[in-house]
Amino acid sequence: MIRDHFRVLHVELGTGRGEIVQVDGRDRCAGGSGLAALLFSTYGLPGAPWDDPRQPLIFAIGPLTGLFPLMSKTVCAFKSPTHDQYAESHAGGRSALSLRFADLDALVVTGRAPTLSCLCVGSRRIELKDVHFMRGFDIHRTGKLFRRMFPGAGHRSILRIGPAGESLSAMACVIVDTYRHFGRLGAGAAMGAKNLKGIAIQGDASFPLPQGKDYPKLFQEVYRLLTDTEMMTKYHNLGTAENVIVLNEIKALPFRNLQCTSDPAAAAISGEAFAAKTLLRNAACAGCPVGCIHIGFVREKFMDPNQYLYRQVSYDHEPVFAVGCMLAVTDPFAALSLMEEADGVGLDVMSAGVALAWATEATEKGLIGTAETIVPLRFGDAAAYRNAMGHLARRENEFYALLGAGTLKAARRFGGEDFACVLGQEMAGYATGEVFFVSQALGLRHSHLDAGGYAFDQKQKEKDVVKAVDFLIADESSRCLLTSMVACLFARGVYTEARIAEALASVGYTGLAAAVGPVSAHIQRERWRVRVATGYRPEEICIPKRFREVVTWKGPVDAEYLERLQGEYSRRIRGMAEETPSPQSPASTP
Amino acid sequence: MKILTAPHMERCIGCHSCSLACARLVHKNLSWNTAGIRIASAGGLSTGFEARTCLACDPAPCAAACPTGAFTQRAGGGVVVRKTQCIRCGECARACPVDAVYLTADSDPHVCLHCGRCVGFCPHDCLEMRAVPGAPAEAAAAGGES
Repeated sequence: MIRDHFRVLHVELGTGRGEIVQVDGRDRCAGGSGLAALLFSTYGLPGAPWDDPRQPLIFAIGPLTGLFPLMSKTVCAFKSPTHDQYAESHAGGRSALSLRFADLDALVVTGRAPTLSCLCVGSRRIELKDVHFMRGFDIHRTGKLFRRMFPGAGHRSILRIGPAGESLSAMACVIVDTYRHFGRLGAGAAMGAKNLKGIAIQGDASFPLPQGKDYPKLFQEVYRLLTDTEMMTKYHNLGTAENVIVLNEIKALPFRNLQCTSDPAAAAISGEAFAAKTLLRNAACAGCPVGCIHIGFVREKFMDPNQYLYRQVSYDHEPVFAVGCMLAVTDPFAALSLMEEADGVGLDVMSAGVALAWATEATEKGLIGTAETIVPLRFGDAAAYRNAMGHLARRENEFYALLGAGTLKAARRFGGEDFACVLGQEMAGYATGEVFFVSQALGLRHSHLDAGGYAFDQKQKEKDVVKAVDFLIADESSRCLLTSMVACLFARGVYTEARIAEALASVGYTGLAAAVGPVSAHIQRERWRVRVATGYRPEEICIPKRFREVVTWKGPVDAEYLERLQGEYSRRIRGMAEETPSPQSPASTP
Repeated sequence: MKILTAPHMERCIGCHSCSLACARLVHKNLSWNTAGIRIASAGGLSTGFEARTCLACDPAPCAAACPTGAFTQRAGGGVVVRKTQCIRCGECARACPVDAVYLTADSDPHVCLHCGRCVGFCPHDCLEMRAVPGAPAEAAAAGGES
């Protein structure tokens, strides 16, 4: 398990056969994000379209996966239907530990299965099963059948797509173990293009642990920090939904398609309100004692006089923002029902919510009508949005097909580009100001997690472009190290660079431990190099007018500052992508 | 004499910290299988979790089934394990009515020794060590070899 190379399983779906490949580069690429970029360089076709069957779908874990708490995430890499460029999406659940116990550092899937299929892998298993009868199944029904078909309850991970993935929507996600998602940038379509309804990963191997006292001692220290201190309280208590009130109070909560940044109704869908009214229980990713997954419930009357069904739905700040704030659905149960609907059809709830918010404003402005939306859309009308989610997932007509390809694409056809809340992809739930907007718009994953731009906006008052971009680059580099281990980013306060080096050394990765700084910089450059090679032009990213109209607690957004930030960040990204490795960089060490 | 119990599994979040701790501290493995306690979802994550662990039978059917004395009755319930005696026949696992004995691919058995080292790793206090009425004091608390 602890080895100086990567053990990768490459499965070719056309033949259904697999090959174990030994890949060099542990001491320069580490794993996770670094390994994914390395594997895309090997298996990817930068110039071929995203849905070319030869393109790889990659799942990678890190050198510390399973060995330390919260080293519990998997990196999924693919060519995205959103922009036809290299993309990463991250998820937890049991995926990371299942890959670890399947004795794989990464799984690479290429080709296209002859029929709709499910791939099952384990430490002693590779099997491609025909599941053509599951076409169109929602993710709940799919999960139930997969659990029956692939035994191993508790020690396996089931990745699956819904109708959105099958219809190749760029807003399709991959659901991981019911409550987690490879949510963004269309990972579900990348899987759908391979005719793959699901992947079952059986974690059925065990490994001897390193000898010596360093590892158990450090494990105990890290475990104590994560469970006996206040460092993780936010995530365990209200969860990230705690952000709703905080952002609303500082006028940084996108509401009604970002027409405003605060609203008194936010209190009704705050983390506190969800906890008081809807929270059933917490759950955790395997290998994480924090338990940040908050599961609420929806109850539905399906027959008179008193016949009900109920469903359990996980919620976080981002889904609450996307289908609560952005759509002005301010009843927690109604918001949960929308999250449940998006999950069921396999849509990324963030993109779907933001897209429907644009469609609602476009309806208000008379740019589109029911000829396009099929159901009349009105802010606050949860029932209409539930219907629209189904249309969006199945790309029911030209309008929904375009909207599912990306809000800006629909806006270019129907009008309303100015108020499309798109920052590389549909925005995340922060309207903190210029640095965040540029961070998400240009960031590699177009995610609020690429770098802490939202925190920079809140802490820094001066408009210093170089200082802001220096921060984004440095913060991104440190996150590259975390996502190469692959740590949950909630643990970034615990897993400092020094502690990661100590952890690596304690289990025998001494070469990697000695070079974590250069390694993270190398991974950062490699990811950008791969992204740019697939066609990325950061300076051409459009930041719609709506973002320049935003007013936060700091006042109106400064359009000129925003533009200078984009120019400088673009220049620095291009510089990283084109940088030749120096003689001291880990890339050139033997 | 105490035994490991899992009286509050409705609180379980499925983090597997107990299994991982047992494998790490008792069996010196990285594993969620080679452990005396294993966590399974009971029909999908929405239905919660169950703990597969020794219920401290007395008499223990696994001990009765063992042909070599590798598994012997533990005072207070459960078994004492002597790996040096084990011939990896797998009879212990087949005899256990609650699937508490895990066999590796080469039939190496792993079962709870009631040492309690997993308990402190449960973030929601699902697990407890409980005294067995009438059982002798901590005479065999270590539970034998692992």
